[in-house]
Formats: sequence, C-alpha cells, structure tokens
Amino acid sequence: MLEAIGVESLEDLFADLPEGVRFHRPLDLAPALTEQELTAYFEQLASQNEHNGSHLSFLGGGLYDHYVPAVVDAVLQRGELLTAYTPYQPELSQGVLQSIFEYQTAICELTGMGVSNASGYDGTTVAADACYIAKHATGRSKVVITEATNPQVRQVVKTYAPGFGLEVVEVPHRDGATDPDELRAAAEDAACAIFQQPNFFGVLEPAPDLAAAAADAEALPVAHVDPISLGVLEAPGNYGCALAIGEGQSAGNHISYGGPHYGFLAARSEFIRRMPGRIVGETTDAAGNRGYVLTLQTREQHIRREKATSNITTNQTLLALAGLVYLSWLGPQGLRDVGETCMALAEYAKERLVATGLELPFADRTTFKEFAVRVGRNARDVVRDALAEGVHPGYAVGRDYPGMDDVLLVAVTERRTKDEIDRLAEVLAR
Amino acid sequence: MAAERNPDDLRYHPEHDWARIDGDEATLGITWFAQDALGELVHFEPPEEGATVTAGQPYAEVESVKAVSDVVAPLSGEIVEINRTIVDAPETVNADPYGDGWIARVRLSNPSEAESLMDAEAYERYLAEQG
Amino acid sequence: MKLIFEKSHPGRRAGRLPDPGLPAPEVPSELRRAEPPRLPEIAEPDLVRHFTELSTRNFGIDTGFYPLGSCTMKHNPRVNERLASLPGFRDLHPLEDEERAQGALRLCVELQETLAEVTGLDAVSLQPAAGSQGELTGLMLMHAYFADRGEDEQRRKILIPDTAHGTNPASVTMAGYELVDIQTDPRGNIDVEDLRAKVDETTAGLMLTNPSTLGLFDENIEEISRIFHDAGALMYYDGANLNAVCGISRPGDMGFEIVHINLHKTFSQPHGGGGPGGGPIAVSERLEPFLPVPAIVRDGEAYRLDYDRPKSIGKVRGFLGPFGVFVRSYAFIRAYGPELREMSEVAVLNANYLLALLREDYDLPFDRLCMHEFVLSARRLKREHGVSALDVAKRLMDYGFHPPTIYFPLNVPEALMIEPTETEAKETLDAFADAMRAIAREAAEEPDLLKQAPQGTVVGRLDEVKAAKRALVRYHFEEHPDLSGEPAAAGVEAPKGA
Repeated sequence: MLEAIGVESLEDLFADLPEGVRFHRPLDLAPALTEQELTAYFEQLASQNEHNGSHLSFLGGGLYDHYVPAVVDAVLQRGELLTAYTPYQPELSQGVLQSIFEYQTAICELTGMGVSNASGYDGTTVAADACYIAKHATGRSKVVITEATNPQVRQVVKTYAPGFGLEVVEVPHRDGATDPDELRAAAEDAACAIFQQPNFFGVLEPAPDLAAAAADAEALPVAHVDPISLGVLEAPGNYGCALAIGEGQSAGNHISYGGPHYGFLAARSEFIRRMPGRIVGETTDAAGNRGYVLTLQTREQHIRREKATSNITTNQTLLALAGLVYLSWLGPQGLRDVGETCMALAEYAKERLVATGLELPFADRTTFKEFAVRVGRNARDVVRDALAEGVHPGYAVGRDYPGMDDVLLVAVTERRTKDEIDRLAEVLAR
Repeated sequence: MAAERNPDDLRYHPEHDWARIDGDEATLGITWFAQDALGELVHFEPPEEGATVTAGQPYAEVESVKAVSDVVAPLSGEIVEINRTIVDAPETVNADPYGDGWIARVRLSNPSEAESLMDAEAYERYLAEQG
Repeated sequence: MKLIFEKSHPGRRAGRLPDPGLPAPEVPSELRRAEPPRLPEIAEPDLVRHFTELSTRNFGIDTGFYPLGSCTMKHNPRVNERLASLPGFRDLHPLEDEERAQGALRLCVELQETLAEVTGLDAVSLQPAAGSQGELTGLMLMHAYFADRGEDEQRRKILIPDTAHGTNPASVTMAGYELVDIQTDPRGNIDVEDLRAKVDETTAGLMLTNPSTLGLFDENIEEISRIFHDAGALMYYDGANLNAVCGISRPGDMGFEIVHINLHKTFSQPHGGGGPGGGPIAVSERLEPFLPVPAIVRDGEAYRLDYDRPKSIGKVRGFLGPFGVFVRSYAFIRAYGPELREMSEVAVLNANYLLALLREDYDLPFDRLCMHEFVLSARRLKREHGVSALDVAKRLMDYGFHPPTIYFPLNVPEALMIEPTETEAKETLDAFADAMRAIAREAAEEPDLLKQAPQGTVVGRLDEVKAAKRALVRYHFEEHPDLSGEPAAAGVEAPKGA
C-alpha cells in the first residue's frame, strides 16, 4: 500500500505535521484489553452500582422505571438501523427515514400538534429549543417558566438564555401547582410561558387555564409533558398550546444512568419553518413510488450557516425509534392502561402512606404517577435508613426546593405491585 | 443569449436583484442568475405591505431545497404591493424572474439611488467577472 | 411499503400490562383526554415484521463500506452493546446517591482522564450530548472566561475558516457571537495573512478542525496559535477529525484550549440513523472553573459529584450526560489502549492509499498527502460529460457502496469527501476504487447509467422539491394525500451537504 501511495514508510504520511506539535511518547493509557478482559472489567464496574433490579425503588424525579418490552431492544439491535448514519442518501435509508416519519406522526398524535421534529437531545434541551423558537417568532426577549417545572429543565434554559439574549422569569408554585393569574402577570412581554404537566411534584396543573393565561399575554404557551400520561391527560394542542415538549425516556428507553434518551418537540403547523433539528417529509420518486426524505433542511445548520434555527446535527434517532416501537407495542388502549395503572397504584401508595401517619403536602391536588410526601425529618436521612432495608423511597427534593427538606417525591410506575407498596409503607412507617 | 436574460430596461444590484423603475415607483425582483443558483424555489417569506425597505438591506427571503437566500432591496422606499402569486407558487420566480415572478412594488423614497445601480451591460460584465 | 399506521386494525394490540385490580382515579374533566391518540393497533408478529422490513431498507456500516467524509463510519464492536446493557449500567438511576453508583462514576472519571490524555488538556466535561452541543458549550465557556476578566463586552467575534462544518457558524450565532470567515490558501491551509488582518482585541476566538474538512493538516498551526494568543483570544478545536491524530498530535499541544470530541465518530458510539452521540469537551486548566456542573471527580479511592462550582456556566443537558454512550466509547478505548495511535495511523494509511488509486480519474483540488480523509472533485466529469458528483454518488449505490459525502466542503466544486477509516481491509478499498474508476468510465461512455441511478434500491431518486413544497411531515390517516398523482419538480435535483 505504501508503494501505491509513493512513500517509503508510514512516517512519511505525517510529513506535513510540524515538529513542534508531534506527540512522541506512547499515550499514557492502560494496555489494550481483549474482549474477554474487557467484559470482566466492565462487569466489575457494573456490579458496584445499585440498579433498579437490585433493590425496590420508588425513585423518579424526571426519569422513571417503566417497563421496556423486549421488542424494543430487539429492533434497536438490527445492525442496518443501529450502525447507519444520518439519512442524507435517502435511497439507501428508507428504513430510518420512514421510521422517523412514523415517529413524527406518533408524537403529533400524542400531543395534538401539526408538526414534530425527529427528536432533540433530551427533555431539558428541548425547552431551550422552544425558547429559541418563541424568541424568533415573537421578537420578544423574555421567557417565563414555572417553578414547578423540573429543576434541571429550568437550569438548562437559564444556561442557554444569555447566548440567546433572553431573560428568564420564574413563576412560583402555590401549594404544588401554578396560579394562572400569576402566570398571566409574569407573561406580559414574554415570548413564551413554559409549564410542566404533570409538574415536577406529580401534580396536575390547571393546564388549559395556564395556556389561556399565556395566550392572553400574547406569549406562546408551551407545555412540557410526560408521554406516558397522554393516554389519560388531554393533548396540549387541544387546549391552546403552541408548542409541546418533553422527555421521551418514559416511553421506551432504559434509564441508563441519565442517558441517552430523546427529547420531543412538536408545534402547531404554522411553526414548521422555525423547527430546529431534522424533519422527514413524504415525497415520490420518478416512478411514483412513495418515499421519505429529510426536508426543510435549509433551516438546519448546514445550509443556513449563521441563520440556522439551531445547530443540532446528531440527535437521538435510535432512542426515538425505541419510543415509536414502544408506543406501537402499546397502542392507544395500552397507553391509556399504563397511565391509569400508574395513577391507580400511586393513589394506593398515597393511601397506604397516609394510613401510616405520613402527611401529603399537596393533599388536595390530583396527581399522576408521582407525589410528594412529608416524612417528618430530613428526607435524605429517611432515604438512607430505608436503603438499609433495601428500599429506595424516592427523591429528596430539598436540594431543589428550599424549605422542603422533609419532602420526598415517590414515583409509582406500572412495574410496582401492591405488595411492594405495602413494603414501602412498612419501611417509612418506622 | 445574455441580453435576453437580463432585460435592458432594468437596473441591477450586485446581490442579483433588479428594479424596474416607473416614475416614483419601482418593481423589484431577483435575477435569472439568482434563481438559477438557488434552484427551484419552494417557499417565499414575504414582507408586510407598508414596510420600509432600505437599499442594500434584505427585505424578504426565498428558499429552495438547497439554500435560503435574502432578497436585497436595490432601492429604498415603502412596499405598496407584494406579488401574491409567488407566495403560493414560488416556482413562478424561476419560470419568469423578470415578468410574472416579480416580488414587490415600492414607492421610492430616494429615486437618485438608481444612479448607483448597474445597467444590463454592466451587470453582465459583473457576472462574467464572478467566474 | 406501508406505514405502520396503515397496518393498524381496531382492537389489536401487542402488549398487555399486569392489572393491579385497583380503580383508576378520576381525572378532572377539563384535563382528561377526550379522544385517544391514533397510535397503531397491531399485534407483535406484525410489529416485528414491520421493523424488520424497515431495517432491510437501510444501509449501515454492518451492511457495507460507508466512506462518509467527516463522519468516521468505523465498525461498532458488538461487545460494546452487551456491556451497555449490563443491568448495573442500564437500570441505574442517576439520582441514586454517589456511594451507590461508584462503578458508573469511576467509568466516567476514567473516560475523562483518557480524553484528557488523548487531547493533551487538563479537564473534561462529559455532559454535552453531541458535537454541536459541545461546540455551543465551548463558546459559552469562552463567554464565561472573558466575562470573568471583564473582556466579554469587547470580544464579540469568532473566526472560522470557510471550509468549516455547518454547525460551527450556527453554534456561533446561538452563542450570541459574530462570525468572521477566514479564507483558505491554495495549499488548503488557513490563509495566515488573511487571519492576521482579522484578529484583534475584539476577537474572542478561533474555531478550527485540524486536520480540516479537506483532510489536510494545517502546516501553519503554530503561527496561528501565536497570533491568537498574542491577541489574548482562545482557540477552539472541533474534534470531528480526531480519528486522524490520536497519539500522533494532540490539540492541546497545537495550542487549543477547548476541544470537543465526537464519541460517535472517533470512539465508535453507533450512529443509530442520526444519533445518539456524545460531545464531551476538554479544556485547559484556566477554563476548568467554568465547566458545566456537576463535575465528576476522584476523592481518594472514591468518586463523587462536585456541585460547588460557582463559576460554572450551568447545565447544558440533564444529569451527567449520555452515560450509555460513555460505556460504549470507553469500552472501545480500553480495547485499544495506547494502540489508539495505530488506529489513527491505519486510518491515514487507508485514506492515502485510496487517494492514490483515485487521483487519476478524479480531480484533486489540493495536491498533498491527506490525513484520514480527502476531497476529490468531479468537476472534470461535469464539464466533459455533464454528470455531477450527485450522479456519481447515486451510481455507487448500484455497486453496493454507500456514497461519500458530497458537495462539502463548499469551496470545492462537485466535491466528494471520502473517509475510509481504519476498519476497512485493503480488498474493500480496492473494490471501492474499482467501482469509482468504472463510474468515471461510464460517465464518458454511458452517462445515462449515472443519471438514472440508483436502479437497485427500493426507491429511485426522490423528489426533494416536492417534499419541501408539500411539507407533508406526518401521516394524516383518511386525509392523507396521494403524492404520486402530483407533478414532479422542474427537473433539477438539488445537491446535498454533509
């Protein structure tokens, strides 16, 4: 090969590198491992982690232990899908392109919107995307977000805001939910108002009123929603929202210590040219066969350069595909069942915990699959004590919400049983 | 051949926009070269009627599959009419960039600006220089 | 092929959930879903067949040679999938206390240390979800660094070469900076005089890929570094092309202070049809305080999260980043160890070999040895036979190869950007070169073969103009239009970028 190239040695191929930037010693890395050694090492690392299978866990706080059916994993291991690049050559990529088109359709159906992109990084960055859309659609430089929205979502929005030239204003929660009048006041001159449904405390917000309040101030109403809830709760597009965003993990992704997952972003059809990320559209070939292509790509980074609607290239296609497989596995009846099951089990958990003498700080609120419980002392100590008995009782919210050091968020998914909930009650009662 | 593409009665701006001046009004559009470079247009983002345009500044956008491009105003003024045909059928700009594919009509605020625009011959020379 | 929605039959379902035998609580009527979403109603066998059929209509690295320039389409070792699926990783919740996730945190720290060694820098954040997010994070770091010194107001400009990947300018805009283009010289390096004229006290930094998107190592990198550092500006390295230089040259040693790495390129996280990816950033010591929060650190024998970072830019993504991607990438790295250098050497060897085989039949815009990728131009074929780079790409499909990147970088007409990677055996490269030469001959003798390509795929060339005009981006059930009856585009097929 060197002969064909016309050089004497491998070294000659690097002749253009100035001497001053050459690296002369071997990389200071552990020696290469064979597959067997690699497996042993990683199994050892994995064994040092307390995962959801190793103890009973009611931990939620944004990522949830929902059941991921075997077909999801099986589809994701198809090499033609797993190892493909972004579908820039559509004739060779109809598999990925059609699956994204189907995913976009599913997200539009869930959210009641006219257009969805092919996925965003996660449930936090799609909120930043929504702010960017709203800023350019309205020309305004302020965004409003409820305090009852996931703390990491708020933090990411605040990280992106200065570069976007946006001011961020938070609307405090009142007794676990948001007051539409307060939101209305805050949303004056705002580009958008973001609220979460169900919110971080698991509470059902007065979503249609919040959307109306934002619209009244001419701010775009943006709902951050749980995909698993959308068989039971109304779609944001059907109660006045301009944009619907969320974290897709609950629908078909393993928790995987925080990622990768997929964020979804859907909007009313009028915003189609402002959507960041990739979008797949339908078309035909010369023979009239139906086919799918990436479209409206002029919005994307590689053509518009400085005028792009975002800089996203690599997104979360494979994880969004998992979401599509999952939602197809469930069907509409299944989605409703999983939502109702979560609610029913969570309600049972509330009853059992109250029966042991614990108090619910937001007792009058309807909740979905997660709820707050007051544990009488520092919640982190309660967590530690419960773990000693093999139960993780939930997320201690004190770090994110001052004054709530004695509050735990208990998440109850369809994977929990009544016996497990009884055990939780038993452990917390002590 | 070039003469047919670039009508003599128009004035041209280096960003490949043209103006047909008619008293104190002008009709504006993009040149044959611009539409050829962009490819078939799929979308036109119009300005508002009554909006002010400034010579050398963008006032609208056209989009093809491969690129989006600013439409630059060759002259300053106020928009009195947008060509609604091209909103629904942007490809009209490709088919007839100097006729049915016109973009906007403006009432000129500074007619003397026309003197700094190129005539058809100068524009053709300019295109040849671009290579 | 039908959409999954078209295979739906009322009442069918694939999955069933256990019934806890509890009553479902009432949802207040104003919040309750009125009409169910129209998700597919399909049984599992049909579901599996649908997705299996979709996969057969797709080409991956597992299928064949995939020389997309700038994408580093290397083999994804299957063991990495198995490791990422270990329950101790797959089912671990990120809100578990640190003591209960020591294996995961240790993996993160070791990956960070490895990336610091490979890049020649001091500190790493794994948080960004992709290269473009890494870029944006890097630019935010620049703002924070200069703001800390009282210089942020003054320094508004980022310089980028005209060969840059499209994410760079978009990231610059999103970060609130202004963009200044720098020209490329005839050898494919940055034009140093153009650069010198444009750098001043209003400059925040440079964004550069080295080797560039042309596959060429910038010979003037040391001078460039001097110019920027003399002006008090920072240098940002786009790690898209890191596969060329692992263990051979380190961005930190070239003078860069901020580097993003694409785990889905150099370190073999599978591309998944578009993602997920990972875009960790490595920085020099003076930028370390500004990194996203939390930092993952060693604490004696243990590993913990450090939230006490008052100068941090904040958070760019949830939790610690895409952990599943870290597992696969770290496994890839551990399988190589210091032999990452050999990986890069073979990548560069393969590219130069392929270049030598193709340079006669195609035009070479920059007559130099390349690094891990190279750019050819099909302009001769266009001029002499009226066939374009697009036509060449489509015809390659009939030969069983995925085409290279086309029409990028923008400063090369009819560009074909080819990156073989170290994965490919010599016979694969020979077969690809044979195909490319055959296509060049066909261009002269039977150009219709190119113009009508591809013939062997499930669809022919698709009408992208129609797609953009109709903007049909979801299935509309009973109202879904039939586009086959509508007229085709005016005939011009639009070229594609990377």
